[in-house]
This record gives sequence, structure tokens and C-alpha cells, in this order.
Amino acid sequence: MKEKLSQIRAHAIAQIENSDALEKLNEVRVNILGKKGELTAVLKSMKDVAPEERPKVGQMVNETREEIERLLETAKKKMESAAREARMKAEVIDVTLPAKKNVIGHRHPNTIALEEVERIFVGMGYEVVEGPEVERDYYNFEALNIPADHPAKDEQDTFYIAGDILLRTQTSSIQIREMEKGRMPIRMLAPGRVFRADEVDATHSPSFHQVEGLVIDKNITFADLKGTLAEFAKELFGEETKVKFRPHHFPFTEPSAEMDVTCFKCGGKGCRFCKGSGWIEILGCGMVHPHVLEMCNINPEEYTGFAFGVGLERIALLKYEIDDMRLLYENDIRFLKQF
Amino acid sequence: MNTALSWIKEYVPELTCTDQEYCDRMTLTGTKVEGYERLDKNLEKIVVGEIVKIEKHPDADKLIVCQVNIGTEEIQIVTGAPNVKEGDKVPVVLDGGKVAGGHDGGPLPEEGIKIKAGKLRGVPSGGMMCSIEELGSSRDMYPEAPEDGIYILHKEAVPGEDAIALLGLHDTVFEYEITSNRVDCYSVLGIAREAAATFDKPFVPPVVTVKENDEDVNDYISVEVQDTDLCTRYCARVCTNIKIGPSPEWMQRRLAASGIRPINNLVDITNYVMEEYGQPMHAFDLDTIAGKKIIVRRAKDGDEFQTLDGQVRKLDKDILMICDAEKEIGIAGIMGGENSKITDEVKTVLFEAACFNGPNIRKSAKRIGLRTDASGKFEKGLDPRNARAAIDRACQLIQELGCGEVTKGCVDVCVPLNPLLLLPFEPDKYNALLGTEVEKQHMLNIFEQLEIKPIANSCGDIALEIPSFRQDILRMVDLAEEVARFYGYDKIPVTLPNSTSTTGKLSFKLRVEQKARDIAEYCGFSQGMSYSFESPKVFDKLCLAKDDKARDAITIANPLGEDFSIMRTIPLNGMLTSLSTNYNRRNKDVRLYELGNIYIPKALPLTELPDERMQFTLGFYGEGDFYTLKGVVEEFLESIGMKEKCIYNPDAGKRFLHPGRQAAVSYKGTAIGYLGEVHPEVCDNYDIGTKVYVAVLDMPVILPFASFERKYEGIAKYPAVSRDISMVVPKTVLAGEIEAVLVQRGGKLLESYRLFDVYEGGQIKEGCKSMAYSVSFRAKDRTLEEADITGAMKKILNGLEQLGAQLRQ
Repeated sequence: MKEKLSQIRAHAIAQIENSDALEKLNEVRVNILGKKGELTAVLKSMKDVAPEERPKVGQMVNETREEIERLLETAKKKMESAAREARMKAEVIDVTLPAKKNVIGHRHPNTIALEEVERIFVGMGYEVVEGPEVERDYYNFEALNIPADHPAKDEQDTFYIAGDILLRTQTSSIQIREMEKGRMPIRMLAPGRVFRADEVDATHSPSFHQVEGLVIDKNITFADLKGTLAEFAKELFGEETKVKFRPHHFPFTEPSAEMDVTCFKCGGKGCRFCKGSGWIEILGCGMVHPHVLEMCNINPEEYTGFAFGVGLERIALLKYEIDDMRLLYENDIRFLKQF
Repeated sequence: MNTALSWIKEYVPELTCTDQEYCDRMTLTGTKVEGYERLDKNLEKIVVGEIVKIEKHPDADKLIVCQVNIGTEEIQIVTGAPNVKEGDKVPVVLDGGKVAGGHDGGPLPEEGIKIKAGKLRGVPSGGMMCSIEELGSSRDMYPEAPEDGIYILHKEAVPGEDAIALLGLHDTVFEYEITSNRVDCYSVLGIAREAAATFDKPFVPPVVTVKENDEDVNDYISVEVQDTDLCTRYCARVCTNIKIGPSPEWMQRRLAASGIRPINNLVDITNYVMEEYGQPMHAFDLDTIAGKKIIVRRAKDGDEFQTLDGQVRKLDKDILMICDAEKEIGIAGIMGGENSKITDEVKTVLFEAACFNGPNIRKSAKRIGLRTDASGKFEKGLDPRNARAAIDRACQLIQELGCGEVTKGCVDVCVPLNPLLLLPFEPDKYNALLGTEVEKQHMLNIFEQLEIKPIANSCGDIALEIPSFRQDILRMVDLAEEVARFYGYDKIPVTLPNSTSTTGKLSFKLRVEQKARDIAEYCGFSQGMSYSFESPKVFDKLCLAKDDKARDAITIANPLGEDFSIMRTIPLNGMLTSLSTNYNRRNKDVRLYELGNIYIPKALPLTELPDERMQFTLGFYGEGDFYTLKGVVEEFLESIGMKEKCIYNPDAGKRFLHPGRQAAVSYKGTAIGYLGEVHPEVCDNYDIGTKVYVAVLDMPVILPFASFERKYEGIAKYPAVSRDISMVVPKTVLAGEIEAVLVQRGGKLLESYRLFDVYEGGQIKEGCKSMAYSVSFRAKDRTLEEADITGAMKKILNGLEQLGAQLRQ
């Protein structure tokens, strides 16, 4: 019996080794382990074995069966893995063929610049608000300390509509509307379209965008203005950016300043981009003029504040190195796609 | 404003700094230097040479050979210049030196022109004699220079000396940008005062003393100011025995460096004083003035007047005139008259230095269409105290420069001058506003430099007396700015507001717009921007009906031109223009969107602010069709929480859209926009040779429906059952109608439906189309039974049959 079993085992191993396909392995299984298989036959012949021998023989049969099954399984796995390898070999693709891309549209560079500015100031607790583009003289000029005969009115060539209605020349008008609401403190950021009667050329447009910032609270200082805008410049143009404040004049702020940042092309060494100075003018700012506060019924003895105005196109042109402002309003897809 | 540094240094004699230092520090105290130009740029190794001997060139008729003494030696120079003779002293650039430009006076090369010894037609030449143009200057600055030839230095020049120093070219011209509040800085003295304070050096203004003769000015002239609202001061002085001739070289050069062409001593002196004091002056020929009398009064409407440039100007009653006893002789503050103009034969001159109403001068100059140097200064509103100082200075120069004699006294008609402003000295407030801790004494030192005088009263309080030329200083903050400027903006600390915290946020409207941008871009649309104003012709271009309300647009009173004259009432022109630009540049498959306002007047002409309505406009040509755009619209609406089905009404009534391919979109019964294929005629008008699709959504009506609130509705636990419905319907039946039946009849169990086939032609009956829907049913709380489905389907099929649908098995 023992001999018979080892014969079956040897036979099975030989057959398994000779199998070169899954079907053949299956045949081996049927031939040996199947209902009519050799090993099954041995089991069937157990009745001829002496009763005291049966447990021992049964164990031997089982061991042989398990071994053959194990061998079959191993051979099967090996065969399957070989087949998979072969299939994958045939499935090689050219990974350098072009990508299949979803066509995604592009934001206008002005908007990208605006969202950057918004992100920075919203993070500092500013609320983004808007105001009308067609505005009254009072909000655009008078309440900003630019009375009827003020020469500054000529400096900003205004488009007039009728009576005291005009196209706003600055987003500063939104400061007034916000202050009039009388809710303190104020930290607002007001982006928007503004209009000035400039002929279209590479650096001028009769319609462009500004972002106005305003902070009103107790104990706001010029130092706070400097600190806030220095943070802004670093966020927008990079950690190494330095700022310089130069005295300037705006009717609605006092003291007033213009802020320059170190040229982000040369880092301040001086290049063609910054005309050799190492600095680039970015924005105008100042402490809100007490008369402006008074006109909005805010007591300048109690509250102070600062305001600033940034030209969005200026930021976009500088940041993205766009050399002609007209490109921003042509909407040529080859231009827009670059942002 | 342009001024030579040498002129500034005359009043700040201790000023020593490099050009760059000057530029930087002046800018940091608020006198912005726009740029500067060194007059000796690229002028190297240029000395005085004396022409000892001139011989003809052996091989060239137009050349001569000169022996030139350059102090240390004699060198030979060949030149083609026609104007030199033996004994002349000339500027000579030596071998290895540089000149600034060519003799033609063209634009100066950045690096200058190097001069080397060489041969001209075989004769050695060891340098070059220079014309004024080669020295980088012009005959405007050096009128004594010959028109075409070598500059001849004066006889006293010593051979070998620095010729550039001799010509006064070791100087720098600075260009300033003066802010409109600093009227006083539109003058050399004003800038010099700032420079002195900036560099902490003494400011030494000119000492004005006039040597007068024995004649009394009152015997020559009297002055009557009738309109004192427009003229607060009128000073008149008379100079006799005028001898017209050139002004001294130093004066000519300073004027030329400031961009003013020297003319003669009399004109130059008035211009010089205008630059120096910022006070425009006018000189009349006294012999042309009738009745020895000046009357200052308004013109009459319709008057005409010939200004000294020969032009006849139309006047009105708000224009102030200078008149004599009989006639008008000048437009106040703008330009004198032809009838009283100075000629070379002038014997007696009447000087005028006045203070006119700034805004009136500005408006008058605008109406007449004549803006002059003088009006540009007057319109800023001048200091009335400055007029007297300036006229005395002019008379001093007349006398000192030998141009004439000065009669005794000044006719000075003046409304009472306001006393000088006194402001309290409030150092704590300045520091509190600036966030600084500047010492009191430091502040007082700054004020002293600026001629702001501290006056202590008996209680020990200090008041500050503001000088009259500082019309910009009116209250505490203005003084704080003076402290800040000279303490240094750069020294002010850098802090962040240490106050109540606030929530940073975007308004809801802006959040919805941000979503619109996101969705448009996910769908392949790029953001465009177009102008808010356009041409009134766009309405015809868009084929709008003559009575279309969109034609009621706001008109700009002073547009840049007709093409920019109305505020848009419809956003399509910008979109179609942009698409046309792309189409004509052969860009393929262009998809654009814009978020911008239209401006709807409440009534015309405008008395109230218009309704500014944000429009979300999408447009494209190339790959895609009507349904592509419809998809984008629905994606957007879903993304802002508008989950209900929109109703698309094919009768949108838009004449600029294809009549069979347009739809008005409504949501919960409210019109929110429209979309469609652009009418081929409109495409033609915009020069687009392909199909264009546009959609316009009116954001203000959408906002109330929008929401970013989301709630989890659970994931279905029980299976769905689906049924297909295949039918033939008349072509006129819209999918929307069929879907309305599905929704209405399907009841609560209907979960979704999907159109999976539409087919016309072939086996389908003429005038009909085949449509197939897959309808899906589901209950939230149980597995549906066959009876549920059959019931719902029966209702649906009945409804469809009522629409004229024939069901196919």
C-alpha cells in the first residue's frame, strides 16, 4: 500500500511537471484526485485493509492527497503568473504619447491678482465690499476732501454723466459709503472698476481696476499702516521684499505716502525693469484725513485710520511681466491661456 | 519742474552731496526727484586750447590744420569747422577723451563718443575742437555759440584749463514732481528751503534791496481793482530807461536748464523771478497804457481780445482782465495783450505781480483754451505775500544788471491779508498719530528749519506760526506730516493694528461670482474683460428693435469718442467683439466668459444712480453646440444650490439670436437669463464666419435663489427599478413637455429619468421623431413591488399619449 501511494505521488509529480497549460493541470487533478482518480481508487480499496491498519493508511492517503494538491496549486499559481507576465508584456504602451487633457479655462490676470490681494487681506480680517461704479460727485470727490474747485479734480480726468453723477475715478468712494454706515471698527477691502478719460495706449486705459483698503479704529497709527502694507508686500511679492514709504499728497489722507517695493526682478540691485532704481512704485496710502472722518460723522479725536489704494492692472502687469495694457482688454485666448 | 543743482546751491551754500544722495534724500522728504541729468556726462579730457596757427590742408579744400596750445604742449588738430581763426580759445577734447554727441545735435548716444588721435586725409590730428552740440548742450543754453561751428570761449580763458568748468557744465539738472498741495515748491526757493531742511544746512534766500531813483511810481501809474474777489493783490512797479540786451550768461543758463529759452534781459528777468519765487510776473510797455491807469475787472460776455501770440480770444464775464483807462491790455494771469506787448524799442516798463483767484484762472484758461506757464502757477492759488517780494526782486535785478532804473515805491492794491495761522504745538498727538516717540525738541528743530515759528504765550504753551507760503498746513495732522517727513518715514516703526479683531470675508454676492468663475473655467471658458462703455451703434449691430428698452442707455457727457460714449445695457457686444478678435486671429475653439456690470437707468436723463446689474456672460465658437452651453448654465446653477429644474422657453424673443435656437431660462417662475445661437446676421456684423453660442445670466435675480447650505440626504438603501419608454411623438412636442409629464405623473416614486435616444427619419413617420427615456423608480423606505411600478408607469404612459405620443413596444 505504502508503495502504491509513493508510486501515485511520483506519477503525479511527473505529470505536474510535464503540464504546460492550466487544462493539463486540471487533467492531472481529475486523473489522480477525481472521483475515478488513482488516489480515490486507493481510498475505495481501504475496505481491503486490516482494520487496525486503517487509521495509519488513511493518514498516509490524506498526506499524499494534500501534498499533491499543494503541488497542483503551486504549479497553477506559477502558470497564472507567467501568463499575466506575458499578457502585460504585450500591453506595453508609449507613455510619451500626448496626454488626454480636460480643457479648463483660465482666469483673467486681473482676477488672479485681485484674488491674491483679497486672500492676503481677508486673512488679516478685512471684509471685501463693493460700491457703485456710476457714482455721485459727493462720494467720489467732495467727501474725499476734493471740493468743487480743487485742482485734483483736473488731475483725474473725470467722465461725467449728468448733474452730479459721474463715473467714479477711484474706489476711494467706497471708503465714504462704508464709513457712513457708522459701524466701528472698519477693516474693508473694496475692489472695483474705475474710469478716467485717458486715451488707450500701452500704459493707459480709460477703464481699469483699483483695490481700496480702509481701517478705522481707535489708536490706529502710521506705524500700523507701514506694518500692514509691509506684510502685504511680502505676501504678494515674496518674503525678501522690502518696502519704502515716500511722502506724497492725497487730499483725503494726511500724512500721505507712496509705497515702493524692492524690484522683484533684480531684488533691488537695479535693472531695466525698475529703470535702475531697484524700486518699483506700488501704491498710494495715508492716514485718513480728519476732515474726511468728520464728514462721515466719525470723531477724529476718538478714531483714526489708514487707507490705501492699489492699481490692479499695475500689479498684474508687473507681476506677470505683461508689457502692454491693451492685452488685458483684447481677450485673445492665446494671452488668457498663459495665466 | 526742472532746476540746475547749482541754482539750489546758491541758496543752500553748504549743501554737499552726490547727485544720487540728493535724489534719494529729497525724495524721502517728499520732494520727489523724477530723474536727473548730469550736464558733463560723457565729457572727458576737454581743456581750453588756443589756436596758434592755421594752415590749409594739403589734400582737402574743406579742411584746415591747426596748431593748438593746450597749456602743456602744442598739438596739431585737423578740422572742417569754418569759424575758427588764429588766437581763438576753444574747447579741445584730447586723445582718449570723450564728447557727448555729434555736431548735428541729434540724440545723444548713451556712452558718448570716444575721440582718438588719428589722421584726416593723411594729416595727423591729435584731438578735436568741439561745438556746443558735441558738448551735449544746445544754442538754447548757449545762444552765443555759432549755428554751425566750434564754440569760441572768451578771451580770458587759460589754455590747459578745464573747459567744462569754464562753461559751467559741471552741473546736474534735477526734475521734480511737485504735489499739488505744495504750491511753494513750484519755485527754486521753495525747493531750496526743502533741501536745506533735508540736509540740515542753513537756507540763505537772496537779500532783496532795490536801489530806486528819485521818481515816484505814483506819477507813472495808478491801480484800481474792481473785482477783488478775483484779485486779492495787485503790485505794480515802474522801471525807466530800459536798455534791452542779452541777460548775463549765468541767468541764461539757469533759465535754459529749467527749460526756458532766454530772450532778452527784460523777459529773462521776469522768467527768472517766476522760477525763483514761483510768482508769475507780467511786463507792459508803459507807453502803450492809456491814462496812466490800470483797472482790474471782469470782461463782458462776447468781448474779444487779441493776446500777444496774435490770436483773438473770446471772453466772458467770468474772465478777469487787466485794462488801462480805455481798453483791455491783458487777460489776468494768463497772457498779455498784443496792444501792450514789449518790443525792443521799449523805454518804460510796468511790472505786474498779482494774486489772482486760482480756480477762476484754471477755469478761464480752460474755456479760452490757453494754458500758459503763468496760468499753471496762478491756478494753484498763490501766496499773496509772495507777490511783493517777487516784484521787488525783479526790480533789483533790473537795476543790478543794468537793464534800467527803478522808480521809487510800489503801487500795492491789496485786500487785507489774513493774519498768519497759529496752531497749537501738540507733540503727543503727532506721536500718537504716527506711532512714534519723537522728542519735542527734535520736532521744534524740524519746524524751525521749515520757518514754522514757535511762539510761547504767558502760560508757557507753545503756538506755531505757519508761514504764509505754507498754505497746505491747516491743522494738527499737517504738522504731524512735517514731523514725519523730516524725522524720516523710514524711521517710523513697523507695527500691526492692535485693536478689535474682525472677521475677514467676501460678501455673498462675491462668493457666488467666484463660483461662477470656477464653473466656467472647469467647463473650459476663459475669463475676458471688456469696457463698460461702448458705441451707440452696437444696438444696430445686435439687430435690436428700434423700440428695444436696451437702447435707453446712459450717455457720457464727455466721452473719449463716440465709440466709448454710452454705458452698456447689454453685455453681448463685449463678448462678440472678443470672440471676433479671436476668430479673425484664427484661434480655434474659443470659449470666453465675462462677469461685468450693465447699467440700467431708472430714468433718462439720469437723476438717480442707475441699476448696476452684474451679468454672467458665456460665449463660444468651435466645438460644442447649444446643449454644451446649456450644460454649463445648469452646472453653475447646481453649484450654487439651485437644484430645481430650469424651464427653457424657446420664445425668448431675442432678435440677436437664431429664432429657432434660443431659450429664455427661468427658475421657480423667475426669468434668470437666456441662451442661444447667435443670429447669423449678427455674426456677419461682428465678422465671425462660424456659429457662435452665448448665454447671459442676470446675477441679481439669481442671488436670492443661491445658497451654499448643503444637507446630507442619505444614500438609498433599497434598490431602484428602471423601465424604458420608447415612443414616437410629433416633432413639435418638446422634450421639456415630455419630461414635465414624467415628473408630474411619476409622483414620489420617480427618482430620475434620462433621455437616451432621439431619432428622426428612416423608419419614422414624416413629421415625427422617436424618443426613448429610461425612467428610474425608488422608494426610500422599502423595496418597490411590481404593482407600484405598474401603477406609476400607467399614469405616465397615459399622460404621454395625451401629448400625442405613440408608444413603441
